[in-house]
Amino acid sequence: MSDTPLTKAAEATPPTVARKIRGLSDRAIAWIFVGPTIFLLLAINIFPLIWTINLSFTNYRANRTNRAVEYIGTRNYERILNDSDIWLSMQATAHFLIWTIIFQVLIGFTLAWLINRKFKGNDLWTTIIVLPMMLSPAVVGNFWTFLYQPQIGLFNYVIAFFTGADPSSFQMLGSVDLAPWSIVIVDTWMWTPFVMLICLAGLRSIPDYIYEAAEVDRASKLRQFFTITIPMVLPFLMLAVLFRGIENFKMFDLVVQLTGGGPGSTTEVASINLKREAFEKWRTGYASAFAIILFVTVFGLASIYVKALNKVKER
Amino acid sequence: MSSFSVTEPSNGQKWFAGILVVLYALITIMPLAWIMMTGFKTPPDSISYPPKVIFEPSLEGYVNLFTTRTRVGQEALDALPPPETWYEEIVRERDMVIAGPSKFGERFLNSVIIGFGSTFLSIVLGTLAAYAFSRFKIPLADDLLFFILSTRMMPPIAVAIPIFLMYRNLGLSDTHLGMILLYTAVNISLAVWLLKGFIDEIPREYEEAALIDGYTRFQAFYKVVLPQAATGIASTAIFCLIFSWNEYAFAVLLTSGTAQTAPPFIPTIIGVGGLDWPAVAAGATIFLLPVMVFTILLRKHLLRGITFGAVRK
Repeated sequence: MSDTPLTKAAEATPPTVARKIRGLSDRAIAWIFVGPTIFLLLAINIFPLIWTINLSFTNYRANRTNRAVEYIGTRNYERILNDSDIWLSMQATAHFLIWTIIFQVLIGFTLAWLINRKFKGNDLWTTIIVLPMMLSPAVVGNFWTFLYQPQIGLFNYVIAFFTGADPSSFQMLGSVDLAPWSIVIVDTWMWTPFVMLICLAGLRSIPDYIYEAAEVDRASKLRQFFTITIPMVLPFLMLAVLFRGIENFKMFDLVVQLTGGGPGSTTEVASINLKREAFEKWRTGYASAFAIILFVTVFGLASIYVKALNKVKER
Repeated sequence: MSSFSVTEPSNGQKWFAGILVVLYALITIMPLAWIMMTGFKTPPDSISYPPKVIFEPSLEGYVNLFTTRTRVGQEALDALPPPETWYEEIVRERDMVIAGPSKFGERFLNSVIIGFGSTFLSIVLGTLAAYAFSRFKIPLADDLLFFILSTRMMPPIAVAIPIFLMYRNLGLSDTHLGMILLYTAVNISLAVWLLKGFIDEIPREYEEAALIDGYTRFQAFYKVVLPQAATGIASTAIFCLIFSWNEYAFAVLLTSGTAQTAPPFIPTIIGVGGLDWPAVAAGATIFLLPVMVFTILLRKHLLRGITFGAVRK
């Protein structure tokens, strides 16, 4: 750099002053940079949310636009809480949510633990295992209906091969008893790798010296597992459960393609019920109220859960 | 690593773990392999019992995916000139003639346009916002960031109700622009959170040096920070692309023709010519293959992407 008086003066000037001279101020740039994002979210997320809240107090029907819209107070909300269909769909959602999380946590953690044994080629196999979770749930659901075909489907054939049953004797998607499990199976197949990856990150974050110290203290391997491995992985595992919980509470595409909510309404999870109300029965006001209830539920449960998660992290 | 270490698993353990993981991987990959195989079967082979593992490969599924066909009588078939192309030959063998191209090409192109359009927008807006959140003091920054994230907690169907009404009034229903804007709004939360993490990792000293050298803040941003953040931006872009590519709920509710993407279309192929599973499988294969390739490319950043940057490894 040339040693002219001018550059010397520039160097002596504090940068904050210099910035005001050249170009826009930091504050202006900050707002120019954040502005478009906030604007987009206001237009496509917040404004619609407020509109939904407004609609939830009306008897509006989107397919009859010329009918006068009446405000009916909280009647939609009262009806929803007494609607047995809605409660059934919440039960279906709970069944799906609880079992997918149990299976994914058990299998995902076990896989992560095995992969962390650092055998040769574990990277390659991890990449293969991860593939299903990045795919389009709708397309995946659609091709699983093919695998679930009685008689010709691969799934039925494999089960029949190992159990000796007749492959056309059971219908995974068509029977009231099996359909709720068939959606759990596909979701578990698809999302176990997600839990696995997060657990693996947790396992890899445990420094070796903790185990070495435990070894010096002659703690058994089993004891090390329960007093070191599990507590250290727990915050990661809880995070994975949070993500899966939110996603599966909203679950729509996979289940719509697999069962469409059927047979009857055995697998009609909350989102499918909401879609029926809003876009098939066209009870827009009623559906809006249900949407708000769902949002408040997810948001509330997630907030409580995050508090618990933070407590575990602090320990 | 020393020859004796308490944390290094024994060879026996490694073998045991390796065999179980490989077994799981083979089981998990089986449905995908099966669908790709089905794409190369003839329709009768695809529904045979027991399921055929060894079969004569055929491109009939792919031909059926890209064409619409009509059945013609034997006499009319005999009167036709001999088939000129290999795909006409395949179709003729089933006593049919090609009536025209199917809609799959258009739907696939829509997926590409909407996917890339929304990814581009999310990345441009997301990078700017992420830089601002990373470097400047923004009032209520944490609340804003949380607000951006919480937009993801709404079930898509719940968001779709007012968007459906809004788009109907604005004339954005079933348009590319409407879908691009919608997917951008959904993707931007992911983009901002991921990119903020990547930009946080770039030392501030680089920009400060540039500012002292006479760059404006904006120049420092695009000449110093952007090149440093290139890998992060690229992997964020792939995540946004995969999301738009896979999205189904909005697509099925808000598009029906002009702007319909492939995911709502593929399941309807089955209705076109009866039980044409090879065509469905061919469509699924073409649609899923790019995502698999991207997943393999992304494997180093995968964890970060799927957890919104919460776990960085």
